[in-house]
Amino acid sequence: MSITTKDVEHVARLARLNLTPEEKETFTDQLSAILQYAEKLNELDTDGVEPTTHVLHLSNVMRDDVVKESLPAEKVFLNAPDEEDGQFKVPAVLE
Amino acid sequence: MSLFDLRLQEIHNKLHAKELSVSDLVGEAFEAIRQKDERIQAYLTLDEAGARAAAARLDNKLVSGEEKGLLFGLPVGIKDNMVTEGLRTTCASQFLSNYNPIYDGTAVTKLKQADSVTIGKLNMDEFAMGGSNENSSYHPTRNPWDLSRVPGGSSGGSAAAVAAGEAYFTLGSDTGGSIRQPASYCGVVGLKPTYGRVSRYGLVAFASSLDQIGPVTKNVEDAAYVLQAIAGYDAKDSTSANVEVDDYVSALTGDIKGLRIAVPKEYLEGIDPKVKEAVLEALRVLESLGAVWEEVSLPHTEYAVAAYYLLASSEASSNLSRFDGVRYGVRADHGGGLLDLYHESRSQGFGPEVKRRIMLGTYALSSGYYDAYYLKAQKVRTLIKRDFDQTFEKYDVIIGPTAPTTAFQLGSQVDDPLTMYLNDILTIPVSLAGVPALSVPCGFADGLPVGLQIIGKAFDESTILRTAHAYEVHTEHHKQRPVL
Repeated sequence: MSITTKDVEHVARLARLNLTPEEKETFTDQLSAILQYAEKLNELDTDGVEPTTHVLHLSNVMRDDVVKESLPAEKVFLNAPDEEDGQFKVPAVLE
Repeated sequence: MSLFDLRLQEIHNKLHAKELSVSDLVGEAFEAIRQKDERIQAYLTLDEAGARAAAARLDNKLVSGEEKGLLFGLPVGIKDNMVTEGLRTTCASQFLSNYNPIYDGTAVTKLKQADSVTIGKLNMDEFAMGGSNENSSYHPTRNPWDLSRVPGGSSGGSAAAVAAGEAYFTLGSDTGGSIRQPASYCGVVGLKPTYGRVSRYGLVAFASSLDQIGPVTKNVEDAAYVLQAIAGYDAKDSTSANVEVDDYVSALTGDIKGLRIAVPKEYLEGIDPKVKEAVLEALRVLESLGAVWEEVSLPHTEYAVAAYYLLASSEASSNLSRFDGVRYGVRADHGGGLLDLYHESRSQGFGPEVKRRIMLGTYALSSGYYDAYYLKAQKVRTLIKRDFDQTFEKYDVIIGPTAPTTAFQLGSQVDDPLTMYLNDILTIPVSLAGVPALSVPCGFADGLPVGLQIIGKAFDESTILRTAHAYEVHTEHHKQRPVL
């Protein structure tokens, strides 16, 4: 499977990445090579094989709904690039 | 000779006899770092003031006779993808160059409870993506055995620091081989526990169904002690396993009579002949100790790398969506709205390998391709896991090389991601199966360390530690130190 620059641009948009023209070119080649290699999996007949999402046989992990201490808000904002009145600040969502 | 060449029990005896203080041990670590780390570059951040203060507190404990933890006084370096309260944690990424965590991850908390002393944070491939440490966005780490070569990765700093005597032990994390492969390249012991054995709380997620924290040490006994300290269920990690923790140290009996070893023929094909010879010699040693080995087949081995890169990259593309420049990390100058903020922060904050994997994972999960790539890879994962399940019905451990070659030259593979990915061909299947494995030094090829990989049943770390320990006490490889 080879992918085109257009595919790369589409995926970059989904992944919220801006790519330079050089990056687009490199990724088109490299992702094509990797996906071509992944075609190898099609040699295997996996009809009727259950997918493994996780190796542990876990189902939902439940706990009682009790109030516990949580991180204090002032600490939570220590790493915030921008904040105001106890909230993370971002530019306008609607332009 | 370094103080760090002493066995853990010897150090503790000396501490009790007042022949040594914790401050001496911490001093030894920083002296080694001053002498060597300019060349090795294993550390990203040091905490000398914090370590000296912790050492003074522990030295007081020695005087007062308070109860002492299992790892009392031992200087430890932590891979920089485990959050440490108040100590910068970057994942070797520019995105987190200013990130100071506000809590400790569970493994770090447990190390503190065991009275070890954190020296600093160790270099790695950015977000643990890579096998050479060349993907660190700060600087590459060098292999202490040959400074022109890579230490392996992604826990390259963790392995190099132990090999160079810049910490008594370190923690690494392993997603597809990231503890075992650098341990092999640097001639130290690296243990990837069973998935779920050690809590991932506070480990910055790469591929959540594969990531696991484990020790890097100079010998097998130390690995047993460190695993003892960090293993166990944690309510803060819903994927940590509620399975009883063995007594790993008392499992090191030295007795492996009758141990049944499987050697997959696929693990001996296409590897460096000198690596193969070292592994076969190790099998002869194990045989002389009463173990028996037979060749077996793990027929789906050749599909593991392809399945892994689809699965791990898919999980990574989802996990790394949290890095958006809103709540932590570096927000780029963007001059626009919220979308521009996301795009610019991510484009400037991530390095090339991280972008490549996010792109691959996003593609594999995108509409129209999910079944062909992601779901197919999950089904192949089932077949790979079955290979291991069937083998473990008849055998106690599986043994082979940890990596197909010894450490390669810096810069020799950076332009070819696929070749780089194939260095992990012998560690990845184990990760997909979720079972534990360790790498123990088993000799040298052209002066570079070779690692023996011992793979065990799920939650049977005791048997692989016992096997590795029996091998180690009858060989001298692990006592070799690089000349620096």
